[in-house]
Amino acid sequence: MGVREALARTWYSQGRALARPMLKLENITKRFGPVVANRRITLEVAPGEVLALLGENGAGKTTLVSILYGLYAPDEGRILLQGKEVRIHSPKEAQRLGIALVPQHPELIEAHTVAENLALGLDLPPVFSRRALVRRLAKLLEGHPLGVDLEAPVARLSAGEKQRVELLRALLNRPKVLILDEPTSVLTPKEAEALFQEIRRLKGLGLSVIFISHKLDEVLAIADRIAVLRAGEKVGEVLRQEADKDLLVRLMVGRSLAPPPKVPPPRAEVVLEVEDLLVPRHGFPVQGVSFALRAGEVLGIAGVAGSGQAELLQALAGLRPFQGRVRFLGEAWPQDPARLFALGVAHIPEERSMGVVEGMSVAENLALRTYRRLAPRGLLDYRIMEKEAEALIGRYGIRTPSPRTPVRFLSGGNVQKVILARELRGGPRLLLAMHPTYGVDVGAAEEVYERILDLVRGGSAVLLVSEDLDEILSLSHRVAALYHGRFVGPISREEADRERLGRMMTEGRV
Amino acid sequence: MEEALLRAVLFGTPLLLAGLGALLSERGGVVNLGVEGMMALSALVAFAVGLQVHPALGVLAGMGVGSLLGLFLGVFAVSLRANQFVAGLALAALGLGASGLLGKRYEGTPLPNPLPEGMLAMLALILALGLHLLLSRTRFGLYLRSVGENPKAADLFGVSVDGVRYLALALGGGMIGLAGAYLSLAYRPSWTDGMTAGLGWVAIALVILAAWQPLRAIFGAYLFGLLFFLQFRLQGSVPIPSEAFAAMPYLLVILVLALSGRARAPKALGQPFDRGR
Repeated sequence: MGVREALARTWYSQGRALARPMLKLENITKRFGPVVANRRITLEVAPGEVLALLGENGAGKTTLVSILYGLYAPDEGRILLQGKEVRIHSPKEAQRLGIALVPQHPELIEAHTVAENLALGLDLPPVFSRRALVRRLAKLLEGHPLGVDLEAPVARLSAGEKQRVELLRALLNRPKVLILDEPTSVLTPKEAEALFQEIRRLKGLGLSVIFISHKLDEVLAIADRIAVLRAGEKVGEVLRQEADKDLLVRLMVGRSLAPPPKVPPPRAEVVLEVEDLLVPRHGFPVQGVSFALRAGEVLGIAGVAGSGQAELLQALAGLRPFQGRVRFLGEAWPQDPARLFALGVAHIPEERSMGVVEGMSVAENLALRTYRRLAPRGLLDYRIMEKEAEALIGRYGIRTPSPRTPVRFLSGGNVQKVILARELRGGPRLLLAMHPTYGVDVGAAEEVYERILDLVRGGSAVLLVSEDLDEILSLSHRVAALYHGRFVGPISREEADRERLGRMMTEGRV
Repeated sequence: MEEALLRAVLFGTPLLLAGLGALLSERGGVVNLGVEGMMALSALVAFAVGLQVHPALGVLAGMGVGSLLGLFLGVFAVSLRANQFVAGLALAALGLGASGLLGKRYEGTPLPNPLPEGMLAMLALILALGLHLLLSRTRFGLYLRSVGENPKAADLFGVSVDGVRYLALALGGGMIGLAGAYLSLAYRPSWTDGMTAGLGWVAIALVILAAWQPLRAIFGAYLFGLLFFLQFRLQGSVPIPSEAFAAMPYLLVILVLALSGRARAPKALGQPFDRGR
């Protein structure tokens, strides 16, 4: 079935519409300069309904939410709340109207207590005591299934607990419409299940929920109706019972995705040997890390954010001191990023902003590992640098106006390709990769996987740290987890599934 | 001994007032490097009004000028999202220059009926306590701290970031103006060009020494006051060059700044807030 047929099955094309929508958006258009972020989008959601907004990164989901929450004004179109046109010019106005938001990344004030953070969503008297505030909040939250310690400083909470605080704050004003922006991206599978329970409960109370996601499984698990956005436009809308994964992918990407490629079995040669590694850090140290990684093998490491994955990878990349024995191809491990790269160790860091210098051009960023060669007499030869860059831009499919364009103007997926091109060009023996597809759209993620698999087929070893369990399970030969800094596993891919990996991450046992 | 403590308090009072003023806006995320110039100009206006009308009105005029200058800084540092450090330095230079130029005719004129220093010193203490309560017990205080820590979050939850920052600059400017008025109406009581003598800069260091806590600022201010007193007192009586004593408070400032790396500043300090980004 093609996209056209998929569209033919959508909600509006069959002339269906809600009799009494809680919230309705009509022909919303928003431009940023020449870019159209939202083009004539019409949506509606009924009381007690969960509407999922599905789309890749950059499809315009977040812009639409920002308009609904009063952060941007739409250029065209109107918003109706319970049949009455409203203008939402600020978050405060949105709250007054009964529209609440749980943002993608918890926007909490770390230095404040939970109570003080929650207080920002309340009508406060001009003068109050902390004790009275805590009492009032405790009363408001009485009987709510999600409990939190009101007097704990937010900085000490886990990502899941922080989101719970966001949700409670959103609910304090008894909203009519609740918007959840990619709510599961910071949650463990178990926490996500608890969140879904809560969404179902709120739905039962008559709340309209707008659930934004790019993950098909969770959309299918929670939504009553699914609207798909692509490149700023609504390309389809289906009822849950009409939807299946294949249809949604076609709508979202505009084509079908290739089935996940097979990873060939590893070879005998050991590339990396790690014995009893200990990495000191703030909080529990990373400890008990022992494994041997063979040529052509992918070891996936899962963990709740902040469990020590970042520190482990930084230590191996030569950016952080560690204790223990590490051997690379039988040799001692030099603690020096430049020498490691020369030996054949490539690194995709945690955040893209760490992997590039955003103000510098694509060509300059591509030369960051090799600039010494480009400056035989101390002066950089830009002619050669840009020629080499053009070759890499072609080979890795980096979409950029020119090699001289500053990296800051590239989309996330293309920045990631710049990093990949620079790190992988020399054919490394070992790749240390963290969140290689984080915030990258499905199409670009496919390309990133293909590059990594090329490397693996060629006999390189890969250490893959990710919060995306599906990514880890589809690429790895073996999987391990970090739990409060403790290394759990590794176990072979055949023994692992989502539930077991989830247990390793949240309970610290295999 | 008693004299030393009294002088320390009286000398520490303008520091405390100006420090509280700077502290207030810094808790909201706005660095105010204009303190020295704001103090100088408000000291001049306070003196002029005090001489021609009444010293009590002079105090109000000084505070008013301080508030206006705070709002003026806000136009650049808040609305135009300029670099706060550059904007503050420009304001310091402007205030010093303007007060020198406009104050020529008052140079050397004594004030016949100065205000009692002790009363203003008490007021400074009360203001420190009041600011502490403002920060910890009021809605505005919670909003101010939120805006200084994470303006994006505060904005998402309906707090007007710019409004809170302007109000903080105006209130803080009033306290800085009061510090200027204290100098020209009570402490000295006269007007001379450059009479702030670097106190505004020390006040900025005091904020860091106090770790952005109003109650700690009291002790910091009096500690500096004591050092200034010792500098006057020990000059000539010990075989150390007076210049070494004169440099002592400033050396302490440098020491404080160097050792304060670990003190927790408001997270969004110095960052302009722009909703679109």
